[in-house]
Amino acid sequence: MRGIASNVASVSASGIRRFFDIVADMKDVISLGVCEPDFVTPWRLREACVFSLERGRTNYTSNWGLLSLRKLISGHLKSLYGVDYQPEDQILVTVGVSEALDLALRAVVDPGDEVIVFEPCYVSYAPCVTFAGGTPVRIPTFAEDGFLPRLDDVRAALTPRTKAILLSYPNNPTGATAGREFLKELVEIARDADCYVISDEIYDRLTYVGTHTCVSSLEGAAERTILLNGFSKAYAMTGWRIGYAAAPPDVAEAMMKIHQYVALCAPITAQEAAVEALNAGEQSVREMKTEYNRRRRLIVKRFNEAGLKCGDPGGAFYAFPSVKETGLTSEEFAERLLYEKKVVVVPGGAFGECGEGYVRAAYATSLDRIEEAMARVAELVASLPGTAGDT
Amino acid sequence: MKDLHEILTILESDGRLTAEQIGDMLDRPAADIEKVIGEAEADGIIRRYKAVVDWDRAGQERVFAFIDVKVTPTRGAGFDDVAERIYKFPEVVSLYLMSGEYDLRVIIQGSTMQEVASFVSNKLATIDRVRSTASHFVLKRYKEDREIFAEKDADHRLAVTP
Ligand SMILES: Cc1ncc(COP(=O)(O)O)c(C=O)c1O
Repeated sequence: MRGIASNVASVSASGIRRFFDIVADMKDVISLGVCEPDFVTPWRLREACVFSLERGRTNYTSNWGLLSLRKLISGHLKSLYGVDYQPEDQILVTVGVSEALDLALRAVVDPGDEVIVFEPCYVSYAPCVTFAGGTPVRIPTFAEDGFLPRLDDVRAALTPRTKAILLSYPNNPTGATAGREFLKELVEIARDADCYVISDEIYDRLTYVGTHTCVSSLEGAAERTILLNGFSKAYAMTGWRIGYAAAPPDVAEAMMKIHQYVALCAPITAQEAAVEALNAGEQSVREMKTEYNRRRRLIVKRFNEAGLKCGDPGGAFYAFPSVKETGLTSEEFAERLLYEKKVVVVPGGAFGECGEGYVRAAYATSLDRIEEAMARVAELVASLPGTAGDT
Repeated sequence: MKDLHEILTILESDGRLTAEQIGDMLDRPAADIEKVIGEAEADGIIRRYKAVVDWDRAGQERVFAFIDVKVTPTRGAGFDDVAERIYKFPEVVSLYLMSGEYDLRVIIQGSTMQEVASFVSNKLATIDRVRSTASHFVLKRYKEDREIFAEKDADHRLAVTP
């Protein structure tokens, strides 16, 4: 009997997809719709991987990934956050954080288990929970709370079937960052409920306000935390498809079991580049972060000047301004901005229902382009009856 | 001081940014930025604003040469007096005191090779205490001031990604 599996059929295609199809046919657009750096991978890293190819490093690696890479990851996490992960049995190199997320969910979710996600969030979270046989439990977050969930909402969402809380700070799409105290309380909740915490910290190095807190570093957190991170954002390595998970040994082993059968190992060339990234990429990370931070301040100011209220995103490379004042839905706003001004932003609803009323604008684009795009945003807003910009 | 250095770094990569723009990038009032820049200009920290030009692309031939010069230093002045005689020529684009085999490195720009060669033999080599010169003509400029002159790669990123 043919037919698509129901848990796959039940998930609708990404809202972003439709937008992508419209943009694909248009010329000369300025895109603030991307979720990847405009920098190419630093030359040092690319050069190291070319060298690895010249030496004929084209084989499979251990299922876990190159031990040299896992040792570097372990040292990196230790030096940044003081956390202890054994390279031999606690760190798994994966095909991006994307694969690590899927493995983490499949490793711990039984059919019918619930996983709490905080929306707006990265588009993959709820679908991946569903694909793993679980039920996503969505908790909305609000601009007035800095897009952090209300802890009472989290407590109220717990049930005996709560298997994990999935979170990601700095956040895509809101740019929100979470402070130590907040995360401590969240870990406390997870401890009381005896559930896992899956923490996607892919934007950790792009924290502009305050310092990043690694969830695993909090007291009592490591034993229940599955830490996901990768190279895509910090090292501008999106296309390489390389990331990792760090977890308690039994969870890491379970994730490795799935990974071994479905992916075998992460691409060796990407692993070699990741080795170089951890050995010699720090300067590049700092330079890119400095540059993003300048653009961040500028774009936030421009949105507010244009009359679109935009909070201060402490991390990642997204601004998440409100378009409610315009009287348009976020989808209408994004469509008009695209058709009339040829600027791409992503409607907030793509990241969860509570994202409605907002749009995501990535500032991983050159300063000139941002200035031009924002001038066009201001033009559009000024032409709408609902608003008068404050400039 | 930290501000000054950050502003200088920004201006070094794009000298045409306005004080308002830099202020927005650093979350500081434009007036503060203007003040810092004004002081840096007055103190001679910022020397001048210029464009990085690819003359080949502009269709004008310009000849660049690096001349390595050996000089006998003198007590008191060292190399400075000879250096001064050299850098006053408008043909001299840059002049550095170097470690290694040669003492001074002169970068010269002219419109023809002839012109540069004659400058070296008539003006440079004849200066008192200049012992020798070695000229190297630039054949192709690949990168200057961190700017790569090759065709820029297009942005290959998809316009919308999650
Ligand atoms: C929050 C978040 N997690 C994970 C990913 C995917 O990362 P990777 O390229 O490592 O698969 C992204 C990419 O946009 C992201 O924004």
